[in-house]
Amino acid sequence: MSGPSTYEPKTAFTRWLDRRLPIVRLSYDSFVAYPTPRNLNYWWTFGAMLALCLVVQIVTGVVLAMHYVPHINMAFASVQRIDRDVPFGWLIQNIHSVGASMFFLAVYVHMFRGLYYGSYKAPRELLWILGCIIYLLMVATAFLGYTLPWGQMSFWGATVITNLLGALPLVGESIKNWLMGGFSVDQPTLNRFFSLHYLLPFVIAGVVALHVWALHEAGQNNPAGVDVKSKADTVPFTPHATMKDLFATGLFVILFSVFVFYMPDALGHADNYIPANPLQTPPEIVPEWYLLPFYAILRAFDFNIGPIDSKLAGVLAMFASIGILFILPWLDTSRVRSMRYRPIARQFFLIFVVVCIFLGWCGGQNPGRILVPATFSSNLSWVEGGTVEQTSIRATGAWEDAAAAAEADLRERGATAVAITRTSPTEGTVRGVFGGTELTRQVRAPTQDELEVAIGEVKTEVGDAAPFFNVERHIPFTFTVTRLSQVLTAYYFLFFLIILPLLGLREKPGRVPDTIAKPVIDGQVQGAS
Amino acid sequence: MLRALTAAAAIFVAGIGVAVAAGDAEHPHDHAFSFDSPIGGYDMGAVQRGYQVYQQVCATCHGMDHLAYRHLGEEGGPFALYMVRNHETGELEPHVGKPEHGGQFVDVTDNPYVRAIAAGVTISDVDPNSGQLTDRPGRISDRFRRPFPNEIAARASNGGAYPADLSVITSARHGGADYIYALLTGYTGASEGTLYENPYFAGHLIAMPPPLAEGAVAYTDPETPQTVEQYAADVTHFLQWAADPHMEERKRMGIVVLAFLIVLTGLLYLSYKQIWRNESH
Repeated sequence: MSGPSTYEPKTAFTRWLDRRLPIVRLSYDSFVAYPTPRNLNYWWTFGAMLALCLVVQIVTGVVLAMHYVPHINMAFASVQRIDRDVPFGWLIQNIHSVGASMFFLAVYVHMFRGLYYGSYKAPRELLWILGCIIYLLMVATAFLGYTLPWGQMSFWGATVITNLLGALPLVGESIKNWLMGGFSVDQPTLNRFFSLHYLLPFVIAGVVALHVWALHEAGQNNPAGVDVKSKADTVPFTPHATMKDLFATGLFVILFSVFVFYMPDALGHADNYIPANPLQTPPEIVPEWYLLPFYAILRAFDFNIGPIDSKLAGVLAMFASIGILFILPWLDTSRVRSMRYRPIARQFFLIFVVVCIFLGWCGGQNPGRILVPATFSSNLSWVEGGTVEQTSIRATGAWEDAAAAAEADLRERGATAVAITRTSPTEGTVRGVFGGTELTRQVRAPTQDELEVAIGEVKTEVGDAAPFFNVERHIPFTFTVTRLSQVLTAYYFLFFLIILPLLGLREKPGRVPDTIAKPVIDGQVQGAS
Repeated sequence: MLRALTAAAAIFVAGIGVAVAAGDAEHPHDHAFSFDSPIGGYDMGAVQRGYQVYQQVCATCHGMDHLAYRHLGEEGGPFALYMVRNHETGELEPHVGKPEHGGQFVDVTDNPYVRAIAAGVTISDVDPNSGQLTDRPGRISDRFRRPFPNEIAARASNGGAYPADLSVITSARHGGADYIYALLTGYTGASEGTLYENPYFAGHLIAMPPPLAEGAVAYTDPETPQTVEQYAADVTHFLQWAADPHMEERKRMGIVVLAFLIVLTGLLYLSYKQIWRNESH
């Protein structure tokens, strides 16, 4: 793609160097002369921002590591010391924690860009897969880093995630203990998480080098998704793309700074300012915002699938939701890259983006929260006055038969209400009320908890007047956050596994305008430089 | 058809926003603090009074492990000392808290106010000669005195409840300063056993007895009212400063950084347009 090198060393030193280590040539070919499609839009500027984010995280992280103490009794205090006493420590720490969020913001835009414009299709499959590896490493690094301040959310987040791996059959328990360095999240866990959190960014940097290499081999995709036809379709990377990237990165850094200087804690959770306490579970355990969609997928599985229990199913689905990205180049059967020319796919894609955002919203909510108002109702019936007769039941055969017989007996003798209490597998008591007045009342409530409260209130109100109550509960179908997560999760997988493969075979792509099918400028290269 | 589906989804989603379940604790009201706005700083008078309230009331049970007495006199602290030239006499005069303009910051080691505050506290320490535990007056390098030697002692003295460390309390609670103020002023007066009713606390029953009472702390400034509301506002102000002591510096630096970035990005935009002016794309 890049073609033969056009670099010409100009000085004696660079000529000497070029013969021995052509590093200047490599940089020139990669970042100066490298031909860039001239129709790239602003969605293509996020790669530069991501490079900046990686550098910023590594630089601030190395400085923070000079002051941080990876010890369960000192980690929280050492972060406080960084914030209070280290010169500009508050600034470095804010940049690092906000930087993680900005990194993910940029990577998500970058990934959605790739999805929309088909940047994963031949010949860029490996480029895409390397990107997926970088993203996976970023998730791991961010998770490890979040445990280091050793606040409540750090500790409990680490506990939840390491416990998840315990759900894997056969090896799960061993992997879990191996990761934790013991049987619970403790000092060994913190120590190794710190070590790995320091290591992984450099692994990311290595894979980024491969990612850039693969990019420069295949060349950049472009919004039209049509291969660059001639040199007339491209401009040199520097200064054209460089300056556009710098401008967009400037806007990004402005947003970054607004968070660092004016809302440093807006993206974090208040509980992480409480030192970790293994004896006190916080009321809600939630990951950082950028992992919420996966958390929602994990929690969507509240049912067993055959031999797979719900926990394992959730874990598998969560990993599958990232794993599926790796095989995406072979799932999407359409030969058209850009969704600009795929009118139907584009609509499914837009829904997909909305689904991902709402999965994130679900991940942050209480899973039992009812979204569509429902009415829980209950009929209470009881008898006031009358005499109570109580006998014990001792079943010789099946309990149900004995209980039914005892009830039928009392009913036959004219009891107005009967209640059976089972005290052991074969024993129980039956009580019947004779005479008195039968009363009923219905209570309604918007949630099950409130319904129970309302039932309790009626019982207290009637009190000793009735010996017992018959309570009939009507539990309606409720559309909870978990149900919504299930619908969204289904769409997430449907999009990759069914919609993209089938649509590619059936969809009639839109017509590519002549202005794009042909080189932009007929053979005339108007260089600005 | 897809458009219709999308529209239906949007309507459904809008409906979700309405069906909000009732939360447990009452949501704190917005209280107007000087530090609320993006350019707002601390009212150092309030932070100083708040420290007095903390010292005389809260500190009996609540520690602030991450703060040292020297923090009170460092730049941006409530008792930071500045030398200001008096224009009439030409003499340098001490001024506590950052003056409106000018003023030479005095290093905290030379700050008599902070030294006096620290010396007024009794700290338990190992005697350097005998090696035995002994009491000595506090130094500015000391961390705030812990009211209890450990968590067990703290719980034993407080009916099983552990008085939380207040170093970062406004960051550690949803609602921040508004929550602290609402909690301190939100007692209904009712109690159940050893618990006190407070609608702003999750569960509505809190082990902390109403800590503030009218006139409990004697302010030297006769103009400041000695009411529960005033004490609560002042101590909240102090706690906000304690949790975020570099806020003023942060906001000041933010203005400069943003101004620089906006100009830089503007120039980058012009360069970008200049470079691409003859390129069709």
